[in-house]
Amino acid sequence: MFTANYAPPAGFDFKAAHVSAQWPCEKPLICCRIDPKVETVLVGGEWGTPERVKIADGKRTKLEGGHDSWIFDAAWTADATRCVTAGGDGRLVWWDVTSEKPAILHRIDAHNGWIRALSVSPDGKTLASGGNDGFVKLWNLADAKPLISIEASKRNIYRTTFSPDGKLIASGDLIGAVASWNVADGKESARYEGKPLHEFNGGQQVDFGGVRALAYTADGKRLAAGGLHKGTNPLGAVHEPLGLVFETDTKKMIRQWTANNIPGGVFWSFRWLADGTMMGASGGSSGGLLLFHSMDADKEVHRLALPNILRDMDLGTDGLTVATAHHDRHVRITRLAAKKA
Amino acid sequence: MKRRCDYACHSPEHTMARRQFLGVMGAGGIVGGLGAFTTGQASDTLAKQQKRVVVFNMHGGLSQLESFDPKPGTDTGGPFRSIETSVPGIRICELMPKTAKVMHHLCLVRGVNTSEDDHGKGTYMMLTGRRQTPAAEYPQIGSVMAKALADEANPVPGHILITPGGGGNRGNEAAYLGPRYSSLVVGGGKPPQNTERPKDITAEADTLRQDVRRQAAQKFLNRRRTAITDAYTHSYEQALRLMTKRDAFDISGEPQKEKDRYGDSDLGRQCLLGRRLLENGATFLQITHSNYDTHNENFNFHLEQVPEFDHAFAAFIDDLAVRGMLESTLVIVLSEFGRTPGINLYYGRDHWSRAWTVTMAGCGVAKGAAYGKTNPNGTEVTDGQVDHAALFHTYLMAVGLDSTESFDIEGREVPMADPSAKPIKAILV
Repeated sequence: MFTANYAPPAGFDFKAAHVSAQWPCEKPLICCRIDPKVETVLVGGEWGTPERVKIADGKRTKLEGGHDSWIFDAAWTADATRCVTAGGDGRLVWWDVTSEKPAILHRIDAHNGWIRALSVSPDGKTLASGGNDGFVKLWNLADAKPLISIEASKRNIYRTTFSPDGKLIASGDLIGAVASWNVADGKESARYEGKPLHEFNGGQQVDFGGVRALAYTADGKRLAAGGLHKGTNPLGAVHEPLGLVFETDTKKMIRQWTANNIPGGVFWSFRWLADGTMMGASGGSSGGLLLFHSMDADKEVHRLALPNILRDMDLGTDGLTVATAHHDRHVRITRLAAKKA
Repeated sequence: MKRRCDYACHSPEHTMARRQFLGVMGAGGIVGGLGAFTTGQASDTLAKQQKRVVVFNMHGGLSQLESFDPKPGTDTGGPFRSIETSVPGIRICELMPKTAKVMHHLCLVRGVNTSEDDHGKGTYMMLTGRRQTPAAEYPQIGSVMAKALADEANPVPGHILITPGGGGNRGNEAAYLGPRYSSLVVGGGKPPQNTERPKDITAEADTLRQDVRRQAAQKFLNRRRTAITDAYTHSYEQALRLMTKRDAFDISGEPQKEKDRYGDSDLGRQCLLGRRLLENGATFLQITHSNYDTHNENFNFHLEQVPEFDHAFAAFIDDLAVRGMLESTLVIVLSEFGRTPGINLYYGRDHWSRAWTVTMAGCGVAKGAAYGKTNPNGTEVTDGQVDHAALFHTYLMAVGLDSTESFDIEGREVPMADPSAKPIKAILV
């Protein structure tokens, strides 16, 4: 039996999860990150202007002038006064969001090609970026100074995540390679067999899949990687969501998560919940779904269907507030608790 | 000068062919015959000019927005940016930096509107220059070029498809021109299968057995000659000639530096083989890059595939230019259609035939040019609209053929290109 990560917050009940708000944005969304105070969501999408959306009323603030391409990921500082956005232009942009007109603090050509992944270390000091150039780069979050550059893959890096102790940065790429690297010196620490998340379709001559979701448990003993499998028609969006759970000490895969009747889905994001349940965000031709998996079963124990296909998900530091980024230009707020009377 | 064929009129194959032809054409004629041009320009003359044609078939439908007609910063532009090229004012997608450097050799036709979003029908239109109808079957460009341009004595077949996989088969693209103009499929950068004399048969013994085969075949042909038997005989003789040119199909001996220039990909190897075949006298090559039918994750797939194409294609163009072969080789990059400017909910683009791009280079076409224009978000052609039929005329004219000429199929004139269309004169030089 899997043990809980930490005490669930008051009212926590993922089986009572419900959409509590939905706020329109400018264009179809790709990513969303909730600020540490759980007051706003930073969203990016199919245009070059990120937006900050107030959870309470949907009021939007545009972060203009930073990017020349789509926004693929975002990250916050611990005090929620600054954020960083990552674009298809290979650029990282640091923003001061304390005013109604956010100001650019730093704009750095960080990667050759898209930057798909950002992560912040648990102590809030280090930012990790992962790009199509195969590099994972570490930055001082306070002043944007580069720290270490790790040649993590020959292929596109899709996701990064720090270990809970902040000593490791894990990466996942297009071909299912999952590895962790020492933050101190950039050397490889461990490698996990994520191949089930990659497929090469000979008929269509394409690599497909990759590590779209990556998350350590709070105790660092397990690492979950998510994406897709059964891509019988990659070009036609026929594929099913798949999650893999590894033990970090043995590197062995101890669980494969699949789903019931989702012929078109992929896990875009993973978040461990307070009770040890995994919340996965699946989007695809089967729609947008939050899938809840336990360590005791392959199939989900609960699901919440959302009104539109989703592309990303984040969990607030309160353990109750969930944001999802959708194609229909909405960011949706879900509460992992019963509806208020 | 007209040439007629003397097939036996009563063979089952011929009878069937005649019936089929009568049925579909509604008039007399012979399908699969040794038709010649109805007017002056003899194929022999064209063959001596050593004109060559290479088609890059971007199977599935290359996105014009992620290649030759980018629209960055618009609602349809996608995440990629555009880059400058060697021709000031012409920008292409950032996924093609190497192609950008050879833009001065290229001619972009950005106003293509074929109004056909079906894969099969679109492919047919782009390769035959005609809209598909149940009333007639038309030969593909490879068969037309093989017939019009290839030297019959050339040991390298006139119509070759280069695939990433195995080869050895023959296609069925020649329609009324007959199976001898159908393609030979070669693949994997290896010589065609079974083109090596078995080691336990001496050269003398091989010559003797071929003589016996010819005598037997001739006896049969004297009474029962048909397009099929002609093709059969032709295939044997061509295979014998081909055996003397096996090494033309083998890229294993190419220096590693050359292989690196084309890229470590199937397409790179296909292009290197293509260059080698052109150097050895090939007339028509079709190189397929698959698969661009990206309804799902269009940008990820183009991110994988377009750079692969960019690498191989730019090296190919560069090599032809350096060798002085580009002036006599027409290179065409086509698909069955383009992809929708609108981006669907799976990050995909669907089929879009109303505004897309065909690229040409080399023989007979303008260099460093962009003809035609689409609107700011790429949904419509705003200038220089052309279709498949006009393009087909243009290909023929570019290699020195008169596209208004006809094939003589047993006395019946069949226009090489759709008579209702005209070439794009503005890009012909």
